[in-house]
Amino acid sequence: MSVLVGKDTKIVVQGITGGAGSFHAKQMIEYGSNVVAGCTPTRGGETFDGGSKKVPVFDTVAESVEKGGANTSVIFVPPPGAADAILEAIDAGCKLVVCITEGIPVMDMIKVRRVLEATQAAEKAAGKALTRLIGPNCPGIITPGPAGVGCKIGIMPGHIHKAGNIGVVSKSGTLTYEAVGQLTALGIGQSTCIGIGGDPVAGMDFIDVLELFQNDPDTHGVIMIGEIGGGAEERGAEYIKKHMNKPVAAFIAGTTAPEGKRMGHAGAIIAGGKGTAAEKIKALEAAGAKIAPTPSDMATTLQSMMK
Amino acid sequence: MKIHEYQGKQIFAKYGVPIPKGYPAFSVDEAETVAKKLIAETGSNVVVVKAQIHAGGRGKGGGVKVAKGGAAEAKQLTEKILGMQLITHQTGPEGQKVRRVYIEQGLEMVKEFYLGAVVDRDQRRIAFMASTEGGVEIEKVAAETPEKIITVHIDPTVGLAAYQARELAFGLGLLQYGKETVSKFVKLVGAVYELFVKEDCSLCEINPLVVLKNGDVVALDAKLNFDDNAEFRHRNWEELRDVDEEDPAELEAKAAGLNYVSLDGNVGCLVNGAGLAMATMDIIKHFGAGHGVAPANFLDVGGGANQEQVTKAFKMILKSPKVRAIFVNIFGGIMKCDVIANGVVAAAKELGLKVPLVVRLEGTNVELGRKILSESGLAIQAATTMADGAQKIVAAVSKGSAS
Repeated sequence: MSVLVGKDTKIVVQGITGGAGSFHAKQMIEYGSNVVAGCTPTRGGETFDGGSKKVPVFDTVAESVEKGGANTSVIFVPPPGAADAILEAIDAGCKLVVCITEGIPVMDMIKVRRVLEATQAAEKAAGKALTRLIGPNCPGIITPGPAGVGCKIGIMPGHIHKAGNIGVVSKSGTLTYEAVGQLTALGIGQSTCIGIGGDPVAGMDFIDVLELFQNDPDTHGVIMIGEIGGGAEERGAEYIKKHMNKPVAAFIAGTTAPEGKRMGHAGAIIAGGKGTAAEKIKALEAAGAKIAPTPSDMATTLQSMMK
Repeated sequence: MKIHEYQGKQIFAKYGVPIPKGYPAFSVDEAETVAKKLIAETGSNVVVVKAQIHAGGRGKGGGVKVAKGGAAEAKQLTEKILGMQLITHQTGPEGQKVRRVYIEQGLEMVKEFYLGAVVDRDQRRIAFMASTEGGVEIEKVAAETPEKIITVHIDPTVGLAAYQARELAFGLGLLQYGKETVSKFVKLVGAVYELFVKEDCSLCEINPLVVLKNGDVVALDAKLNFDDNAEFRHRNWEELRDVDEEDPAELEAKAAGLNYVSLDGNVGCLVNGAGLAMATMDIIKHFGAGHGVAPANFLDVGGGANQEQVTKAFKMILKSPKVRAIFVNIFGGIMKCDVIANGVVAAAKELGLKVPLVVRLEGTNVELGRKILSESGLAIQAATTMADGAQKIVAAVSKGSAS
């Protein structure tokens, strides 16, 4: 009843000894996520006190996988070392890498993306499951539910979620919370919520997540939240048009954003007249998605399609 | 981050991208001195006086003038350009004050081209674009005659391959100027790629790139933007920054770790998260259109702001004379609602609250946050949802205008 993460997910927290890493490792453990290892180079051998659980710290991700049993990484490493941390996680064989770090130089992410694509191409050729990267600069991924079922990997507030059948995919952290809050208030639960981040070069795209939701029998409908800049929403619309039979409600932030100004996220910018909200809304509507008239109506818009 | 043309050209020179000789000047006297020096060095009386502002379209706006009469004429032209309010299609109607000029050697060109490098986010690679339509806005070329733009994408593990640069050269028809011109162009493109990567650029445009009578290829313009995320590994960017070109409020916010963009409306917004901040602008406009109500700013206090940052953000909004009402919209995740509430109350008490304030709190510690606000003694309107908040803001501004 979920995509990418669930009861078999075993997490290594890269940067577990840092401020954000240690705080969120504890939060994830408290939610019931299976954190099996921490990784901080040169701090191997230490034990991280995660409150209800003690977690071994390793020098490398490879050790975290071999000795700790991790199959998924979440990264809280500061920007100068974050791209390297992603590469290490991919190389160590983590099938899912979630990078929370904000502020990674795009030049670093271009290299990461190249390695990820090569890795996935080899996996595809061998008929293996693909290595996935979520983020960077994102809240992470959560499959809501009690310990043993649910799994939270990232920084989202767990308590606003409710287990159920709606998939949420978004470029924005707090707007994801907004959508989830609206759904939960209506008594509608979520299968999995994924924040893909708002950086110009990142891992999973709308299209990748939509494909997973379409193929997940326990996801019955989707809320997709985009924003100005780039063409990811248009590619998502193309996928919806061709392959999806589940209802998709969408909201695009930045209808009123001025051209040429970066709106917080590195990727949220209208440049040369490209990447406007109007273009994205047009593509999504043409694909059969229903656009929420305001960000307050995301859940009700989807609800109206589910009946 | 943007820099001036002359700064971009200094970086070009460092990497071996051919540029005309030139010197920056910050005053009329300095302009005359460097013009004399330039004329002595080049043996030519022709110099170009170029206004240095971050916006493009300077030539059309009257910020680029050719002096054929030597240093005296260059001085006269500088007198006109320095201090002028230069209006281009990128500055907005108020224009930008010219505080620096660049005095450059005048060259006789045979043909103008366009060369640009960008991060193509759809391909996730650096793309080089070249066009025979040099000196024209590339957006216009892309929209009207896209077939005139040749594009190659660079594999980051290999770097720019010479054949890709040749592909651009042949596509531009450079062979007609001789084999030497093609190889000079290939070398130039290689140098641009190297500097693009090493200097963490997000954009590098040469418009125009020119071929001279002798077959040389020279960058007549230089527009470089840097990737703000890479600032930690470029200590020299601080020296390249020209604060006169930036919005003072945005600079102040940046120093406090806030994302702030000034807008034209009358509702101050304080929001956590970039997407929610944009959505808040959208919903104010949605309900406010027709009532003259619109956002005065985009302000994202970030996911993990502390009370001081919230107080600072709130003060910035309060200081703006155009703000007629304030909308605080928070969905607390990591950021706890009580922290936001304390920051808002502290700022409002310190500066006094003269405009209506609507607060919508949701998420972690929401009850505590609401309690702090309601017990503060401040005239705060609580909103239950974003839509409720936006409608209350519109009503508050409309009521204020009527009285």
